Amino acid sequence: MTMTTALLAEQVLNGIQFGIMLFLMAAGLTLVFGVMGLINLAHGSLFMIGAFAAAAVAGATGSFAIALVAALAAAAAAGALMEILVLRRLYTRDHLDQVLATFALILIFSEGTRAVFGSFPLFLNIPDALSGTIILPGGIQYSLYRLSLIGIGLLVAFGLYLLITKTRLGIQVRAGENDREMIAALGVDISKLYTIVFALGAALAGLAGALVGAIQSVQVGMGEPVLILAFVVIVIGGIGSIKGAFVGSILVGLTDTLGGIFLPMFFDVFMDKSAAASAGSALASMSIYILMAVVLIVRPSGLFGART
Amino acid sequence: MKRESLINLILLGLLVGFPVWAMFSDEPFFITLATKAAILAIAGVGLNLVIGQGGLVSFGHASFFGLGGYSMGILASHAQTYEPLVLGPLVIDGSQSMPIIWLVAMGVSAVAALLIGALSLRTSGVYFIMITLAFGQMFYYFTISWSAYGGEDGLSIYVRNTFPGLNTLDPIQFFMIVFVLLLLVLGFCARLRGSSFGLALNAARQSSERVKTVGIEPFRIQLAAFVLSGMITGLAGALFADLNRFVSPSMFSWQISGEIMVFVIMGGVARLCGPVVGAMLFIVLEHVLGGLSEFWHIYLGFLLLLIVLFARGGIVGLLAGREKAHE
Repeated sequence: MTMTTALLAEQVLNGIQFGIMLFLMAAGLTLVFGVMGLINLAHGSLFMIGAFAAAAVAGATGSFAIALVAALAAAAAAGALMEILVLRRLYTRDHLDQVLATFALILIFSEGTRAVFGSFPLFLNIPDALSGTIILPGGIQYSLYRLSLIGIGLLVAFGLYLLITKTRLGIQVRAGENDREMIAALGVDISKLYTIVFALGAALAGLAGALVGAIQSVQVGMGEPVLILAFVVIVIGGIGSIKGAFVGSILVGLTDTLGGIFLPMFFDVFMDKSAAASAGSALASMSIYILMAVVLIVRPSGLFGART
Repeated sequence: MKRESLINLILLGLLVGFPVWAMFSDEPFFITLATKAAILAIAGVGLNLVIGQGGLVSFGHASFFGLGGYSMGILASHAQTYEPLVLGPLVIDGSQSMPIIWLVAMGVSAVAALLIGALSLRTSGVYFIMITLAFGQMFYYFTISWSAYGGEDGLSIYVRNTFPGLNTLDPIQFFMIVFVLLLLVLGFCARLRGSSFGLALNAARQSSERVKTVGIEPFRIQLAAFVLSGMITGLAGALFADLNRFVSPSMFSWQISGEIMVFVIMGGVARLCGPVVGAMLFIVLEHVLGGLSEFWHIYLGFLLLLIVLFARGGIVGLLAGREKAHE
């Protein structure tokens, strides 16, 4: 019994950790959508850029902290550049143009990265100070690094909350979500605001890429699966809502992780072993999309979205 | 409108003329390229129905492309091993007959499109894009984790499926089958545009409020269009699988959805033959740029950016001029 409790606790923590990383992606996406009305498929490329910058800098300097700073800087710079050169021409265009242009950006970033770093994955090591496991209350062993990811993510979420609710920039962002023309008329430099918001979202994606890069391989194409999960998060949470992104992320993280472990075990009760493993993992792979479908049926505008 | 019809005829003439030339010059590889272009064109024509006419930006048409592919793969693999497919009480024999496979592919895609459409059309705009993208990814992961039909490795079919009276292993005969299907699909879409259904679909894109006022429910019109569109793209998926004699989860990947969308937009959104010229250009670029550089997708990316930023209306738009408000 204690075995299952320990397993359950570990998997719940894994789910939360996964969810927190999704939140870093989804927060940027939902901010950009809320303020600029732009759908950015190339947000996954920023995640990848963060991971590659971290892996390259960690390889050169041996310092994880410098690597993290590099990831933040590289992703923010790439994001700002993307916004200034391409995306600001698309704010007034329809979604189809935005989708195609940002799809083109994915091609450029992915193949560009492949041309620079090659097709083989890079590796980013967990820093020594955070390697190994820690004993949590209740005697549960858990990876210190993953626990740190949860901590960092929660700190970022809290910082974002303060930024949006307590600062001048946050007021402008919230005003921008409500009425773009009005805040421009009130003298806010709107194009500067857009670039800042975009770079902020990009930095969050880059941070997520660097942090996740240490527990999986750093390779071209790593960003898009996370991007699509972040879309699922936003559909569940409601567009433009940071709170929705947070709740949606944790829900998706937990559903995906727990589904992958427990659905095969559940099918094992009434099926033979290999059939149970196969049916369980097949169903688990669909579980978050089923969650999304249920939310769509119950609340089409998401859990925290503005009802239209 | 006349000028566009002329351009369409020239385009289709090029598409059929090239493989015929290739046959006489004994270059079967070029026939295969043309076949691929024609198949992708069918997939694009399907997507164009919802994007162009309906204004619904689906980023999940790989779902139907893949379902069409797997319909072919599953039926043909059961025919190959002589083991019937058991679905609960239902026992279905496999099949290697193309017309049967096409019907199944379109039927399966129709059911999937009905479900996905019913869910995603509860929303609109950017939600619609994200949801269709997510469902495509669902099928992708499902086929990877579903080991019965090859899982991640996919499924090979050793002999191309058959068509009564023709030798499908002969490249030019297979091309002609695909080309005739493309013509049929184009003819269907052309008739649909002029029909009251097509007009209602166009109107729902422009102003769903007004459509409601005259007593038409936009949701039903759009859902019907989504189902038809999914069926056409599903048919293309079955043909694509037959061309390669192979299906794998990558048919469901988001890149496929993106590429089908690229054909539509490069060619010209809402233009009848836009996806045809888009698919042809894509294959030419893949062949020419792919021969120049391993990283040809970078050039494709820059080209797409230029088209979005400066050449709205795509290639047919450039050639035929702006579409007139009254056709």
